[in-house]
Amino acid sequence: MSATYHPGLHRFSLVLLACTFLLLIAGALVTSNDAALAVPDWPLSYGTLTPPMVGGIFYEHSHRVIAACIGFLTIILAVWTWRAESRRWVRWLSLAALGAVILQGVLGGLTVLLHLHYGMPIAHACLAQIFFGAIMGMALFTSRWWISDQAAIPDNGSPSIHTFALVNAAAVFLQVILGAGFRHKSMPIWPHIIGAFVVAATISWTALTLRHRFGNVREMKLARILINSVFGLQFMLGVAAWASRLMTVDAPQPLPAVVALTVIHTVTGALTFACSLMVVMLCYRMVPRSREAALAPARTEAAIS
Amino acid sequence: MSCGKKIGNFRRLALLAIAAALSFLAAACGNQENSGKKIPPERSSAPPANVDPATTGSVSGVVRLEGPVPPARKIIMSGDAACASAGQEPPVSQEVVADAQGNLANVVIYVKGGIGYFSFAIPTTPVEINQQGCMYAPHVAAVMAGQTVTFHNSDKTIHNIHSQPKNNPSWNRSQSPGAPAIEEFFAREEIAIPVMCNVHPWMRSYLAVFDHPYFAVSGPGGAFEIRNLPPGTYTLEAWHEKYGTLRQPLVVSAKEAAKVSFVFRSDAAAGR
Repeated sequence: MSATYHPGLHRFSLVLLACTFLLLIAGALVTSNDAALAVPDWPLSYGTLTPPMVGGIFYEHSHRVIAACIGFLTIILAVWTWRAESRRWVRWLSLAALGAVILQGVLGGLTVLLHLHYGMPIAHACLAQIFFGAIMGMALFTSRWWISDQAAIPDNGSPSIHTFALVNAAAVFLQVILGAGFRHKSMPIWPHIIGAFVVAATISWTALTLRHRFGNVREMKLARILINSVFGLQFMLGVAAWASRLMTVDAPQPLPAVVALTVIHTVTGALTFACSLMVVMLCYRMVPRSREAALAPARTEAAIS
Repeated sequence: MSCGKKIGNFRRLALLAIAAALSFLAAACGNQENSGKKIPPERSSAPPANVDPATTGSVSGVVRLEGPVPPARKIIMSGDAACASAGQEPPVSQEVVADAQGNLANVVIYVKGGIGYFSFAIPTTPVEINQQGCMYAPHVAAVMAGQTVTFHNSDKTIHNIHSQPKNNPSWNRSQSPGAPAIEEFFAREEIAIPVMCNVHPWMRSYLAVFDHPYFAVSGPGGAFEIRNLPPGTYTLEAWHEKYGTLRQPLVVSAKEAAKVSFVFRSDAAAGR
């Protein structure tokens, strides 16, 4: 069964992706401003939908409102995908995204009700990035490029590029966990610092392999430049965020510069993870997983689903 | 080496890496578990203390800071207009409060050892903490385990009161302007419990909780006094939120007013 391009669904996915990025910013602002428990109750805020938007309440309640909007948009995405899409796996992905955003809401509530204990903030932070990756996947899978026929690109190297991309994505996600652990005061900084160098190695290794094996492929070149650029920026942001924390360790409150740097570092981490996932998806779309399939002149979208 | 064997080796390496990563995560994780469940005041199985008031003594003294006093850091209250207009001018951090002579306030002085295994009556008078000018007053307080701590909101804005103990259940309560006082207690000894407001993140106070009544908090001139101390040999400790803990032995004779002093060094900042 060949897939049909639905421009409306694709554009809606892109809009949801952008809105989810805004939600990541809103969430990071809550943590950086120490506002996670500014609203002690859930799901209402001080027993109402319109609490006084002062101090930390502004960040926490705004985050909840944006999250609710994302939830509704994800419901629309799931319903639309089920009605329009012929590819079962894309339908199930949209449902998985819906399940993730519902679970994310519950985790957010538990984070508040359990006073940030039991690793809830870390789980909430990590699932946010998984959800962002899932919506990025929906945007990619519904794109005209993905649905159109792509020339099969043989991979003569070992291990396969798929393995490189998967290991890289896993390393980046582990780094996300370590960063969330430090940010929510469950872990010291040193694992996250070590993780940064590990990710630097996996990203460099993946990018070099992409260049070496698929240097002439436009999409792989773009992917390589993207992950190198995003991670390079992320590494420098990490150094800047840590330095700003050290320089203001005696500050009586979160300072604007520290808040800005930590928030940008957090959301760029989400971008890094999403880009790493995108590289995985590109590899599976364009490169056959076996030498036999590489004999086919073109890979249709159905061949990989 | 064949291609298949290379792939197999790499897969084994990848599995080892995943196992190592999981172990790494486990090692890096701290232990921050806190049930959050309310614990009622514990009735100690220890025999009640038999203190003869005819023989008790006291210990008093001054806490000083040696070295340059760090400048009070300005607090930005622009996030809440009610705070910006009601607060002290200019609002500054209360982390280090010392006078021109270096006498250090907000230090908790307490008997650490030598009391023996006794239970003490829990005071019925609550310790009052007020939220005024979007700051806690007092900044540091000391109570007995099970003693009521009453929080008041004198501000025209909403506060949340979030305790962050390690040895007691945590709680987080909201308090609107004019709302009734909030009463809480801590069942277990802990020195000291940070209490903060997440609506106004500069608001921070500390509550030191003791199983016995032999404690004091130094005032603006660094002075403190602990009364009704039975004669004996003790260990006296002084805790400051930034400079950590000092300790010294103390011997109190019957009806003696012992004198001690503590001197913190301003270059010995403790981790908060």
